[in-house]
Amino acid sequence: MAKAPASAQGVGKTPDKLLEIRDLKIEATVYPPGEAPKDIVIVDGVSLTLERGKVLGLIGESGAGKSTIGLSAMGYGRGGVRITGGQVIINGRDILKSGIGGLRKLRGKEVCYVAQSAAAAFNPAHKLMDQVVEAAMLHGVANRAEAEKRAVALFKKLSLPNPEVIGNRYPHQVSGGQLQRVMTAMALCSEPDLIVFDEPTTALDVTTQIDVLAAIKDAIRDTGVAALYITHDLAVVAQVSDEIMVLRHGKLVEWGDTHQIIREPRKDYTNQLVSVHRIEHEEKTPGDKPLLSVKNVTAAYGGGVVDVLKNVTVDIHPGQTLAVVGESGSGKSTLARAITGLLPPREGSITFDGRTLPAKLADRTKNDLRELQMIYQMADVAMNPRQTVGTIIGRPLEFYFGMRGAERDRRVAELLEEIEMGKGFLDRYPAELSGGQKQRVCIARALAAKPRLIICDEVTSALDPLVANGILKLLLNLQAVENVAYLFITHDIATVRSIADSIAVMYRGAVVRYGSKSQVLSPPFDAYTDLLLSSVPEMEVGWLEKAIKGRRMEAAGN
Amino acid sequence: MSPILTLIAQRIALGVLLLFAVSVLIFAGTQILPGDVAQSILGQSATPEALANLRRELGLNDPAIVRYFSWLGGVLTGDLGTALTTRQPIASTLMPRLWNTLFLAFWAAIVSVPLAVILGLLAVRYRNGPIDKAISGFALASTSLPEFFIGYLLIFFVAVQMQWFPSISTVYAGMPLADKLNAIVLPATVLVLVVLAHMMRMTRAAILNVMQSAYIETAELKGLSSFDIIRKHAFPNAIAPIVNVIMLNLAFLIVGVVVVEVIFVYPGMGQYLVDHVSKRDVPVVQAVGLIFAAVYIGLNIIADIAAILANPRLRHPK
Amino acid sequence: MPDLKTIPIGAAIGLFLTVVLVFSAVFAQVLAPYGLSQIVGDVWEPMSAEHWLGTDNLGRDLLSRMLYGAQTTMLIAGLATALSFSLGAILGFTAAVIGGWFDMILSRLVDLLMSIPTLIFGLVVLSVLPSTVLTLILVMGILDSTRVYRLSRAVAVDINVMDFVEAAKLRGEGRGWIIFREILPNALSPLVSELGLRFIFAVLFLSALSFLGLGVQPPEADWGGMVRENKEGIVFGIPAALIPAAAIAVLAISVNLVADWILNRTTSLKGGRGNG
Repeated sequence: MAKAPASAQGVGKTPDKLLEIRDLKIEATVYPPGEAPKDIVIVDGVSLTLERGKVLGLIGESGAGKSTIGLSAMGYGRGGVRITGGQVIINGRDILKSGIGGLRKLRGKEVCYVAQSAAAAFNPAHKLMDQVVEAAMLHGVANRAEAEKRAVALFKKLSLPNPEVIGNRYPHQVSGGQLQRVMTAMALCSEPDLIVFDEPTTALDVTTQIDVLAAIKDAIRDTGVAALYITHDLAVVAQVSDEIMVLRHGKLVEWGDTHQIIREPRKDYTNQLVSVHRIEHEEKTPGDKPLLSVKNVTAAYGGGVVDVLKNVTVDIHPGQTLAVVGESGSGKSTLARAITGLLPPREGSITFDGRTLPAKLADRTKNDLRELQMIYQMADVAMNPRQTVGTIIGRPLEFYFGMRGAERDRRVAELLEEIEMGKGFLDRYPAELSGGQKQRVCIARALAAKPRLIICDEVTSALDPLVANGILKLLLNLQAVENVAYLFITHDIATVRSIADSIAVMYRGAVVRYGSKSQVLSPPFDAYTDLLLSSVPEMEVGWLEKAIKGRRMEAAGN
Repeated sequence: MSPILTLIAQRIALGVLLLFAVSVLIFAGTQILPGDVAQSILGQSATPEALANLRRELGLNDPAIVRYFSWLGGVLTGDLGTALTTRQPIASTLMPRLWNTLFLAFWAAIVSVPLAVILGLLAVRYRNGPIDKAISGFALASTSLPEFFIGYLLIFFVAVQMQWFPSISTVYAGMPLADKLNAIVLPATVLVLVVLAHMMRMTRAAILNVMQSAYIETAELKGLSSFDIIRKHAFPNAIAPIVNVIMLNLAFLIVGVVVVEVIFVYPGMGQYLVDHVSKRDVPVVQAVGLIFAAVYIGLNIIADIAAILANPRLRHPK
Repeated sequence: MPDLKTIPIGAAIGLFLTVVLVFSAVFAQVLAPYGLSQIVGDVWEPMSAEHWLGTDNLGRDLLSRMLYGAQTTMLIAGLATALSFSLGAILGFTAAVIGGWFDMILSRLVDLLMSIPTLIFGLVVLSVLPSTVLTLILVMGILDSTRVYRLSRAVAVDINVMDFVEAAKLRGEGRGWIIFREILPNALSPLVSELGLRFIFAVLFLSALSFLGLGVQPPEADWGGMVRENKEGIVFGIPAALIPAAAIAVLAISVNLVADWILNRTTSLKGGRGNG
């Protein structure tokens, strides 16, 4: 682990050690509704060191404290968070003792920051160039002309289009992937010693992410800057970092070089993170009669001219899973709305169990509605916050089957057992459940209707990987027991591998590839599927370079 | 035409349309009585001849739609009609009173706007501290106080007990400016107190909203000083909401003026309106109501245009 | 329901004063030492053991008139608020759930009504209508319902697009269930706080009208009218007019404090970090 720290006070600094954090403690005050405010510990006794020019990945699930640690390297606490103990030593001095004046000299000069959402982090009122050179000029690193020259060179290095003039644009005139690179250029412009990357690619589509990731990696290597790279995605961090630190609940779990962490994790938790997506799922062969047939469906919003669904045809077989995969704007969620009747298609038909479903929701029978249930991405807004778990799960029982009183309660208890929660949760409100538990209750609500098909719209995307894995396993078990079919909408290829029997790949409103899982995922590929599959980060060192070399199509985000 | 000009033109056109709709509404509002205007003016004991005469004079024998358009035609050509009670043309009586009202509102605005913005900034700068708490406490109290409470309190102590300013704000044409200003100190103070709290609260909310944006954090992480952050990053984005707040409160001020003029017997439009409402002089009420509504709608249009102009997404389209 | 143990001091005072004022209004007949129009002494007698607040411009007991005034003021303001609330909330919710042309027409109509300052339009209408209590309640209630409409429509539209409402629609639930079981329980807290603010507005609006001589007509007593009756005394240094004016202020501040507290509690229920 960490080498014995040399005397870090002032003169005796070791030449290669840039950042040293010792026994960091960070607290925040929370205001729970109806209770007195209380202090909670967000980061508890974390220590780390980073050498000049090296990249350390900080990884963990939500609540691990990784962003908070990253920002502490700039002496900054976001949203009322307080650094209450420990030392943060940069270039030989403890920045926590340097006061606000000292911190201002450090920020934007020695340490710079790249945020998750560049779209929000740029000031909408100023041109990009003014914002990129601002810190360099403020700290006297360069005058305006030099700073602009350097900015243009950085734009080039980060492969931004029209590097000479892109600085004249305003933030809203540039795409998300490009903004993220401009923000990286902004951080590099004042030639800092350290950059804190805070989930810089998380908000991007997967095919855009790979380009931004490659650009960031090149820029780090060429400028020799050190970096703290914060992310929840182990496969991403494996591409850019020299070392990885795994965090959980504000405490250090494991710290080692990248190879060791992803090849030979020593701690059980790290091992779980590494092997998270390894659910083996045997593909089922389709029967002769599909449960749901979508035929030549074309749909547009508000009678508009732009079709968001173009001539889509797919089948789902009883007890099987069709995964619909695509990036944002591919029309995959619109397909779900068309099938449920929320967005009646302009053309085409939807057949369910041999009968044609009316296009509009209002024209469907109660039985049509019962047999086709839906689960949403954001479980917290999919449940009425003023209803208890018992009411939420019990309502479909009352509504569809007229169950009342003890009979209903018994069935609710059974369903709670099925989702591995138990009847102790009967009187809880959604706000009192964890993210995974909320999604389980939504699954139980769908199951209560005894449906033949459940549409799952990105049901695991908002969850941490380990929790998401638990949900996927539950869904697979339930499918085996209840023989229910799933239409599984996702942007995540790894999830598709874990759960699908057949796959439809969507791109700009159309299905570009459709077939059984084994067919769709084996070559030869069409250009888009190739791009999509090759963009999914894999948990091996050096994957990024291989993937970039092997690509045939430019990502849409460029 | 650039999209931003189109938007502004649309907004103005909408305002004009709204003004027409409002004129219909005001006209209709005075027609909802089951009887007719002549009856309510002359009372139950009026002779049939007198009623018939007045009806003819007012054109009440014509259908309402004809009367509306002749009224509207008059308004558009600057003829606001004749007052029933005085038989004087309304326009010539109204103009000096309109100027008096605008004079009072202008000075109240000159004092309250900068004060509100500065106090709003202070409240944000020392957020959740004692200054902020005091300011929001004051705001809560002053939005709950009726104008006449503040007004008579001032008259009782400042005008009667201490004799600093007159309790009745008389102004007349040709009065020297200094005397005029002296006369309106108390009514202007009441108006300032009435709008200040509201304006301050909204300014605070608008600035706070900007200060909590991610780009302010970016500026902070570049090492900018608090002053530079506010000047370079917060201010350009806060102009539109603040202008919006100011315009909305000026509209508020225009309404507050009615009660204040009555308290201080100030010869403005509000006083004129109230007098003629109790005399049931419908043509005057319609004319004054329309002018108040026009000023109110005008201020709202300015607020919206300011918001359009300050939005970089609209100024620099893709 | 809000927990009384965690009530902040300001809201506690507000709640206490509100209860006292409402109590004295309800039991005015019992509490008042003299009759409403009973002349008991000289004009504008100062405060004394016999007349705690002195007498008014006609020599009537001011305390008694204050109590009767409380009753009239709160009754009219309360009924106007009830009208504006039921009208505004029902139309607002219906517009949000039904949408389409119904929503369109109603919303444009409300925009139009709100483009004229309430006091000005109130004066225009009152220039032709008879000055009765019923007229006042109807005019105040209908004009103010526009604000309640906007708020409840906005709240309902926000909730209406949430996934749990969509889930209920996909389940096949009827409009009644969606409005009363899914939307209403979630819209209640902001509306309750708004109820307080609307009541204050009604009190201030009524007082302003009565002060201008266009509201409650003598010999009935209401607080705004009492300010008008006694305002001539001010220039002679007689503070009788300040007493009803102060009473209006105290009532408004008290209700405001309570409404503020309820609103703050609601926002923190949504998981916010306290008072932003």
